[in-house]
Amino acid sequence: MPSDVDLLKDIEEYRYGWRTPERYVYKAPKGLSEEVVRKISELKGEPEWMLEYRLRALRHFLQRPMPNWGPDLSDLNFDEIVYYVKPTEREGRSWDEIPPEIKETFERLGIPEAEQKFLAGVGAQYESEMVYHRVKEELERLGVIFKSIEDGLRDHPDLFRQYFGTVVPIEDNKFAALNAAVWSGGSFVYIPPGVKVTQPLQAYFRLNAANIGQFERTLIIVDEGAEAHYVEGCTAPMYSTDSLHTGVIEIIVKRGARFRYTTIQNWSTNVYNLVTQRALVYEGATMAWVDANIGSKVTMKYPSCYLLEPSAHCEILSMAFAKSGQTLDNGGKAIHLAPNTSSKIISKSISKGTGRASYRGLIKVARGATGVRANVVCDALLINEHSRSDTYPYMEVEEADVSIGHEASVSKVGEEQLFYLRSRGLSEEEATTMIVAGFIEPVVKELPMEYAIELNRLIQIEMEGSVG
Amino acid sequence: MAETLAIRNLHARIAEREILKGVNLTLRKGEVHALMGPNGAGKSTLAYVLMGHPAYEVTEGEVIFKGQNILDLAPEERAHLGLFLAFQYPVAVPGVTLANFLRAAINAKRKAQNPDDPGISLIDFQRLLLDKMRLLGLNPEFAGRYLNDGFSGGEKKRAEVLQMALLEPEFAILDETDSGLDIDALRIVAQGINALRGSERGFLIITHYKRILDYIRSDVVHVLVDGRIVESGGPELADRLEAEGYRRWLEPVA
Repeated sequence: MPSDVDLLKDIEEYRYGWRTPERYVYKAPKGLSEEVVRKISELKGEPEWMLEYRLRALRHFLQRPMPNWGPDLSDLNFDEIVYYVKPTEREGRSWDEIPPEIKETFERLGIPEAEQKFLAGVGAQYESEMVYHRVKEELERLGVIFKSIEDGLRDHPDLFRQYFGTVVPIEDNKFAALNAAVWSGGSFVYIPPGVKVTQPLQAYFRLNAANIGQFERTLIIVDEGAEAHYVEGCTAPMYSTDSLHTGVIEIIVKRGARFRYTTIQNWSTNVYNLVTQRALVYEGATMAWVDANIGSKVTMKYPSCYLLEPSAHCEILSMAFAKSGQTLDNGGKAIHLAPNTSSKIISKSISKGTGRASYRGLIKVARGATGVRANVVCDALLINEHSRSDTYPYMEVEEADVSIGHEASVSKVGEEQLFYLRSRGLSEEEATTMIVAGFIEPVVKELPMEYAIELNRLIQIEMEGSVG
Repeated sequence: MAETLAIRNLHARIAEREILKGVNLTLRKGEVHALMGPNGAGKSTLAYVLMGHPAYEVTEGEVIFKGQNILDLAPEERAHLGLFLAFQYPVAVPGVTLANFLRAAINAKRKAQNPDDPGISLIDFQRLLLDKMRLLGLNPEFAGRYLNDGFSGGEKKRAEVLQMALLEPEFAILDETDSGLDIDALRIVAQGINALRGSERGFLIITHYKRILDYIRSDVVHVLVDGRIVESGGPELADRLEAEGYRRWLEPVA
């Protein structure tokens, strides 16, 4: 722990600008430039190829137009964003700076104070470090690599380079290019062949607040026949003063492997959350995305599976709860490129007040991919009169021998349901909360238990004052 | 003297159409009252209005229970006071298990009576639930199903009676709980209702047919026609209705 004097000194140093990375705080100037990208790479001590990669990504980002579909991003000003902050600067955030409503939510979720500070980015290191060390020993015994993305690049250069950028290329979309240029933080995971990891790998344990980056980058390789579950995010609100979170998650699920990636997203409501999550799925392998979205101002996130070899399987469970002022554009994509591949997408959107939660998804079947089975179910629940939800189910099917199902429903919290529950003694608010909890149950039941309990409690809090 | 629920000159309408046109009826604890009448007479409307359905507007009259006019109360407040309605068409709530729902309902009632009540413990609740389910011939797995979601007609009605058994109301209104039941299911449901009879509880059984009254002995039978009680009598009135129908009240008097 740095003493107060050290902290003061750091702040003093910061005022004078750039310093060497190891000991001093660094914060890039606002806006994006080649200079900023070079500085990030230099501060991280990266190999030349990574610098070249970042610069190539920057060039693509600058010339790529903004997406002409989806939520309104016109308020997003790339020149006003700080693209890199050396971690210690964030650790220096004071508890007093955290908005009272976020503190209150922490209290009500029953999160201990030390943990609250960690989540809010105040404390330096969280006490779960001890727990993590035990988990780490067990993982090392199995040969599992579970590190920060920076350590992955440094400690496993060949493995890293073999896969990095192969799932989500620079040219994929404007925000993927941005991430490739300025990425920082995230996880590097490798599960050796046949290894079955029973406990979920929790980013929560590994990360301190400073690592929960604006431009996180995660690379996960699940080797043949291996099994694991990765959980990122947490139900407690993630307070960020940064207005843009642009992550890229790349996953490779090799032959016969099974992998599940669970996200619980609860960014504060000033954040644009624009994330690219994709998995390559090989023969007989199964990839499952479980994606729960509560926070952010705008979210665009469509976890996807490229089913590359026969009998690969993909499941996407997506949940979004948009309150007034939020636009959550979620969904999923299943790209069937081989015979007998199958996919299942279930989306649950809840819109409250003027909030807008939508489903946007794609099922694509390439020519020659015979015997494909795909099923999409998207349900929307509107809580108030002015709530809104839209469904954009895209299908591109180039093969006749396929079985594709699509069901969509939009419902309002019904007067009859409310009356029924109230006649049993529940208040209108309790009844509405129960209906909402039931609606998202198909997604919540797939979460690890402690997350499921917290998510339900969070929904309860979010529902307060929503009726009457 | 037994406690009463007194309906006085009750008028109610839905979408400008008057359905109840001055209902007078007094239920007593320890008694079972049957309410019979032709389609459209307002039987279900009466049940809904007593429970506080927001679609109905009360234009006149009062319902006195425990010294207050319950028409001023929200549905949940009426439930907390001890009123219960077994729905003719129970509503499905997908994703919410019967067990979770029932525990929430029991706790809501306990909290309303005592704000410091910590709620029923999981163990006590499970014991109570299994006990009552056995009484109604319900498999324990039934408690893990989503509330009324995909239930058969008979399962829905049994689930209603199960809820009543757990919530132990002081006055229970059963709206056509017998409809859609085969004879075996009817017998089980009737057994469940009979098991709840006692001096601490009063019933209003709304029905089209006398059938259920063969299993549940009623103390008083009322006939509702065109929004009014036109006749009240002993159990023999039900037999007469079965034989003669409601024609007597429906045909215009010459």
